[in-house]
Amino acid sequence: MQLTLKIWRQKNASDKGGFATYPVNHVSKDMSFLEMLDVLNEELTEKGEDPVHFDHDCREGICGTCSLYINGKPHGPLQTTTCQLHMRSFNDGETITIEPWRAKAFPVLKDLVVDRGALDRIIQAGGYVNVNTGGVPDANEIPIPKTIAELAMDAAQCIGCGACVAACKNASAMLFTSAKVSQLALLPQGRVERKTRAEKMVAQMDSEGFGACTNTGACEAECPKGISITNIARMNREYFSAVISSDNL
Amino acid sequence: MILDSKIPAGPLAEKWTKHKFNSKLVNPANKRKYDIIVVGTGLAGASAAASLAELGYNVKAFTFHDSPRRAHSIAAQGGINAAKNYQNDGDSVFRLFYDTIKGGDYRAREGNVYRLAEVSVKIIDQCVAQGVPFAREYGGLLANRSFGGAQVSRTFYARGQTGQQLLLGAYSALSRQVANGKVKLYPRSEMMDVVMIDGHARGIVTRNLITGAVETHAAHAVLLCTGGYGNVFFLSTNAMGCNVTAAWRAHKRGAYFANPCFTQIHPTCIPVSGDHQSKLTLMSESLRNDGRVWVPASKENSEKLRKGLIKVSDLKEEDRDYFLERKYPSFGNLVPRDVASRNAKEVCDDGRGVNETGEAVFLDFRDAIKRDSKAVIESKYGNLFDMYKQITGEDPYEGPMMIYPAVHYTMGGLWVDYNLMTTIPGLYCLGEANFSDHGANRLGASALMQGLADGYFVIPYTIGDYLAQTPPKKVDENHPEFAKVAQEVKNRVSQLLNINGKKTVDFFHKKLGKIMWNQCGMARTAEGLKQAKAEIKALKKDFWADVKVLGTNEELNLSLEKAHRVADFIELGELMIDDALNRNESCGGHFRVEYQTPEGEALRDDENYAYVAAWKYVGEDQEEELYKEPLEFENVKLTQRSYK
Repeated sequence: MQLTLKIWRQKNASDKGGFATYPVNHVSKDMSFLEMLDVLNEELTEKGEDPVHFDHDCREGICGTCSLYINGKPHGPLQTTTCQLHMRSFNDGETITIEPWRAKAFPVLKDLVVDRGALDRIIQAGGYVNVNTGGVPDANEIPIPKTIAELAMDAAQCIGCGACVAACKNASAMLFTSAKVSQLALLPQGRVERKTRAEKMVAQMDSEGFGACTNTGACEAECPKGISITNIARMNREYFSAVISSDNL
Repeated sequence: MILDSKIPAGPLAEKWTKHKFNSKLVNPANKRKYDIIVVGTGLAGASAAASLAELGYNVKAFTFHDSPRRAHSIAAQGGINAAKNYQNDGDSVFRLFYDTIKGGDYRAREGNVYRLAEVSVKIIDQCVAQGVPFAREYGGLLANRSFGGAQVSRTFYARGQTGQQLLLGAYSALSRQVANGKVKLYPRSEMMDVVMIDGHARGIVTRNLITGAVETHAAHAVLLCTGGYGNVFFLSTNAMGCNVTAAWRAHKRGAYFANPCFTQIHPTCIPVSGDHQSKLTLMSESLRNDGRVWVPASKENSEKLRKGLIKVSDLKEEDRDYFLERKYPSFGNLVPRDVASRNAKEVCDDGRGVNETGEAVFLDFRDAIKRDSKAVIESKYGNLFDMYKQITGEDPYEGPMMIYPAVHYTMGGLWVDYNLMTTIPGLYCLGEANFSDHGANRLGASALMQGLADGYFVIPYTIGDYLAQTPPKKVDENHPEFAKVAQEVKNRVSQLLNINGKKTVDFFHKKLGKIMWNQCGMARTAEGLKQAKAEIKALKKDFWADVKVLGTNEELNLSLEKAHRVADFIELGELMIDDALNRNESCGGHFRVEYQTPEGEALRDDENYAYVAAWKYVGEDQEEELYKEPLEFENVKLTQRSYK
């Protein structure tokens, strides 16, 4: 295959940035999208040009490091991570536009690399159960109905890639935040602190500059792990029942 | 130097309890006076950082990732072992200990392995308390499966994403301590060297990957939880960023490197599709519970299959060779990883491989689907089947998967004693980065167990013993040693940037990978190893003369990051060769062609090689010195492993 790539290049956080166009030849349909970029980068390096910087690591769709806004969609045309997108999803001769995640809360660091530290800070605000190591009950002393465990697992599958934010016209992080709030609100271990958790995580989310949710559903449609928008409804319920009886007023 | 493993005396089952009691404690009010550096935030690092912060120590946690949650522990699929015996099927701490020692082909320490089995039960309790959504039965209790060669069901799992859920559990505990102000997090920071003062590890030098700033950090103890070195082979199932740099820098400062040649080749990976390949994808070996491994019985049929002259469905039952079931009737497709991998290589070398490259065997679910229905198989392996289809474009519900072994895990690592301390006082090593518990071969679902055991339940006890003997006075970052090591790091950066050669970093990495895979992979010979050593020496010379590293230090610079790592991989590769050459026996993942039984199984030499080979770095381009830690077995009888 032969392709034309229009890639966002930006030297650093303060640089204005702009698109650059690169032809790539010798692309096989079995390559992953990132392997195609590897080929481009080898060619650029050989020519003495700065390779295109992008985030990636496990290349098996689970670490959540890779991003890329491909032809106007986070992670490209399929509902997977970019590392699991293969070139057989594109046509010979196509022009592909590649941009970084666009969101106020995700500043660009270089080229296609953005800072997603805001997501870590949302978890730090309350995405955990307050237990220390040791001194916990035997695992089977907390029976959990299979259906509840499965629902919690559905929510827990979030890989923290930020595609939901990138897909949202409001750059909202509601799907990400609600996945963790839901997982812990569903499980007995997390119920003890459900009120403060919902309040704190939502407050942190707002303070990071993420937008509000207007229920367009773009996040769910683009989530590579199929996290359901019903988690947002659950978080809203958690949040509203927390604030009306809040201890923090 | 005599290697003292510090294994406590006394009966096996009492060693850890006794050791915990005999370890000195740090007064609760004094804990806040101690600083601890944790490098790496995978299972071992995150669990250690969180647990130590909970105790009251001040922790600084470093990761080269953008977030601690990205560590490669996240990719583990199948599960985590624990001797809970919830299934009433005969499991016990001793049985898990025994299986692990035997699975490791009797090249691990009894004391360490028993402790691992002992604390395994507490790990599950801890994870459940954190809200890890393990699989459950309808009654609400935890589900188990049998996994990777075990004859009891002791593996706990969360769909095919157990590593992810356990890591997110440890990450949540870590995040909690960040919020509490007890852990300071340094993302996108790569450790470049250890700083030693008066023979003790007292800090590290890091490079900020965004700004290039070379920074120094002081502490009373340093923990390396930096994972394995499988990427020395270029192609492996490791994430792209996995590297040996932290461990290797420590090695060059005096930490011995143990059993570097013990690498695990995992049998169920998606075969290589072409030269562009950047990594290999593993599929959980839980697939072998229901999938049957086979190749055509005749070379002719394999050749026809490769050329597309016949289809899989044209092969009748008698044309198929279910080689694992045939050779190992009692374990069948569930033989340990090294045995399964070697047999796959053997049938492919015999010309019976099945894909275009001839390096693949079938993993077939036809019979399982017929027996249990597609829905049952989908509920067990749905995500793995989807992943296979995503990558290969083929539907494994319709025809068999194709698999081939790939480098997956490294049992070798920095030598540590029972306290997880390296040969450098104050420098600890946890998780895959150390050598301690898996001997020459790791059993499935044991990596997660070891990472979390080290972090949650071992280091919080053992580090106290060291710190209690260390004055709580702040380590002075103005000590000249910090500036000296930082300058050395800066010099190395400029050296790499100023070579201005013609070949890319990846060129060298791929070349190194090929040498290692061909000569130090699934089968090794003295002759091949000697040849590989010469090739690596030449490669190292060429690297430092002709590598092309673009850009500057003061920016996000991927080629510079990679150059540092590949330079260290090249040196490690040479040590792996030395170690493989030294070990004139076959054991576990180390298969020397010269040493095999008449049936082609690994032939150990317990009389001469029942020891840990620990290597000491003595200087640039000098042969490393070998130190032997004899392995003593008091509770198990060494036998030829048999899975027939």
